[in-house]
Amino acid sequence: MVASRANSSNPARIPALGVRVLGAIALSILLMVLDHRQDHLSTVRQAVGVTVYPIQIVVDSPFRLWAWIRESTSDRNQLHLDLGRLQAERLLTSARLQRLAALEAENARLRGLLEARIRVRDDVRVAEIMAVDANPYRHNIVIDIGERDGVYDGQAIVDADGVVGQVIETGFTTSQAMLISDPSHALPVEVNRNGLRTIANGTGEFDSLDLPFLPNNADIRPGDLLVTSGLGGAFPSGYPVAVVRAVNRMPQRRFADVTATPSAALDQVREIMLIWSSANKPQREAEATDD
Amino acid sequence: MIRVRGSGRLPVIATIIVALMLMVVPLPDAAEPFRPDWVTLTLIYWAMTMPRTWSVGSAWIVGIVLDVAQGTILGQHALALSVVVFITVKFHLLVRVFPMQQLAATVFALLALYQFLLFWINGVAGVDAPAIAYWAPVLSGTLLWPVVSVFLRGVSSRVQLR
Repeated sequence: MVASRANSSNPARIPALGVRVLGAIALSILLMVLDHRQDHLSTVRQAVGVTVYPIQIVVDSPFRLWAWIRESTSDRNQLHLDLGRLQAERLLTSARLQRLAALEAENARLRGLLEARIRVRDDVRVAEIMAVDANPYRHNIVIDIGERDGVYDGQAIVDADGVVGQVIETGFTTSQAMLISDPSHALPVEVNRNGLRTIANGTGEFDSLDLPFLPNNADIRPGDLLVTSGLGGAFPSGYPVAVVRAVNRMPQRRFADVTATPSAALDQVREIMLIWSSANKPQREAEATDD
Repeated sequence: MIRVRGSGRLPVIATIIVALMLMVVPLPDAAEPFRPDWVTLTLIYWAMTMPRTWSVGSAWIVGIVLDVAQGTILGQHALALSVVVFITVKFHLLVRVFPMQQLAATVFALLALYQFLLFWINGVAGVDAPAIAYWAPVLSGTLLWPVVSVFLRGVSSRVQLR
């Protein structure tokens, strides 16, 4: 620094370069510590996110435009076929729903008899995954709704077939979410058949989850459906997560080697649903109990 | 001089924004690890040609934006970019007169340092990533450096920076 000041007349010298880089390093380290150890920086992220949002929009728009063009130019025949299929599907699901409504009422009555807390239905909202790549080290996605729409950290995301992931960072108008296949993601699940509780870890591959903590004598077999147990607090209970694919019991090891296939098509989904779980949002619970 | 610097800033910002876009454009899964560090390449070029305007401070700000865009730890890319740009600016007179191969080797070293810093921070923070996520961008970035530098030279001569 002294040297740079002495040479400030030299046109090749950039003044105070060393000081600037030391300042930048110190500031970065401070930010990293604050960001990693505590969660104080979400406002900073949101402020910077305002500059990132237009970039995401611009990158996403050609893909959106392409989807729109394909949709609007798909021929009449195809639309007719789609319509027929959707009507048939709707008939089926509404028939199922009728039964579900009866069951739900019965469940509420029985729970009332048992004096257990009545489960409240969760609010959902459909969102779209933006065609934007995020963190290169993680299985992350960017979705097109954010804090403005009431998204919160840790919110559960599902698609039509099962659990997709959870929100890890909310911006004002977009959010980032971690898929359940991320190696650092763990999800409390239970076996639908017998209520056996365990944890499903991501493996870094879209088509496989790992269940590392099941003893060799655990009652689990291929084909078992795993659903969220709701124990972690982040996910509401009862959403399908995965189907057990293989169970290798090795007597010399303490735990069995169990892998499962996620029910949701993690690498293909485009439309997802965010769940406002009644357990996590007390004020929403009040609204939901009204109806 | 000052007037020229002021008017030359906008196109440079535009190239940085384009680089940021390229960082988030979706690629096929197989090509994803090979996404070059567009932002780093762009900043290295501008730090080399205009070290007075584009130096550590701007690199740090761009790094923070990149951190938010990618959802990494806040400050990770900012730190790596500041250090790389600092070295570039420090040796800009030397590097500018390098022949093509030597320049490519320098860029390779800078990109490797950049990825090493990211790797190091990930290690401290406990983020696990496959090795290919670190070395692939260095290779693809070095290969694309001639293209990037020719394009950016076009930009800078078009807007009459010098």
